[in-house]
Amino acid sequence: MKHQHLFQNKKIFLVNSASLKDVRSFSREVFEKANIDQDLKDELVLAIAEAAQNIVKHAYQNQETKERMEIKISLINGELEIGFYDKGRPVDQTKVRHRSIDDVKPGGLGTFFIQQIMDAVEFREGEKPWINHLVLSKKINY
Amino acid sequence: MSYKVTEEGNVSTVHLDGEIDMDVTEKAKEVIMPLIEAKKEVHLNLKEVQYMDSSGISVLIESHQKATELGTKVILKEISKSVLKVIMMAKLEQILNLD
Repeated sequence: MKHQHLFQNKKIFLVNSASLKDVRSFSREVFEKANIDQDLKDELVLAIAEAAQNIVKHAYQNQETKERMEIKISLINGELEIGFYDKGRPVDQTKVRHRSIDDVKPGGLGTFFIQQIMDAVEFREGEKPWINHLVLSKKINY
Repeated sequence: MSYKVTEEGNVSTVHLDGEIDMDVTEKAKEVIMPLIEAKKEVHLNLKEVQYMDSSGISVLIESHQKATELGTKVILKEISKSVLKVIMMAKLEQILNLD
């Protein structure tokens, strides 16, 4: 498996559930260019789509909006970093947790998937004009 | 997402096709839930589902639980590799009925 040593891509999306398909297409395209293998690519696309879904569901509480979110993917010497920027309700980190995996019920799995797939999840204060800045990172071996 | 429903006796088979995410879960539930409420045994054929996220998994859990409550069952058939991977990541392979 051979990756490019450096790439950076970013794109802006409308904050709504219909954008999730575009988020996946963008992510797949980026990882294809980076020659990331299929299994890992599928997992990373899922993690990115789940994080974007959380912005729609939680930062904007599923409300219709014309606002946008930005996703930035960068891979530098094997360190993959995915940034999410939005202007929604500030994230209360103490409330961000997945449900117990043994408590089988609908919902609450998105954050679990993100944590399973990525090495680290970090909430940062967004620089203006953004409110929230989520960073997902993972070491990619190559 | 598109779908096709076929009937044979008390078994309704829902063939789902495409990507199942938050944007289409309501549509999926509108197709599946009335069949369960009619106490049909529901087979969900997932052969042509290329992508499923946590929202899609929630539909599978909700369908399974509703069916159990009503004394019928939902069986997942011909599960695509990508969907199976997500089901296993959610540790649901022993909970849902996989065929």
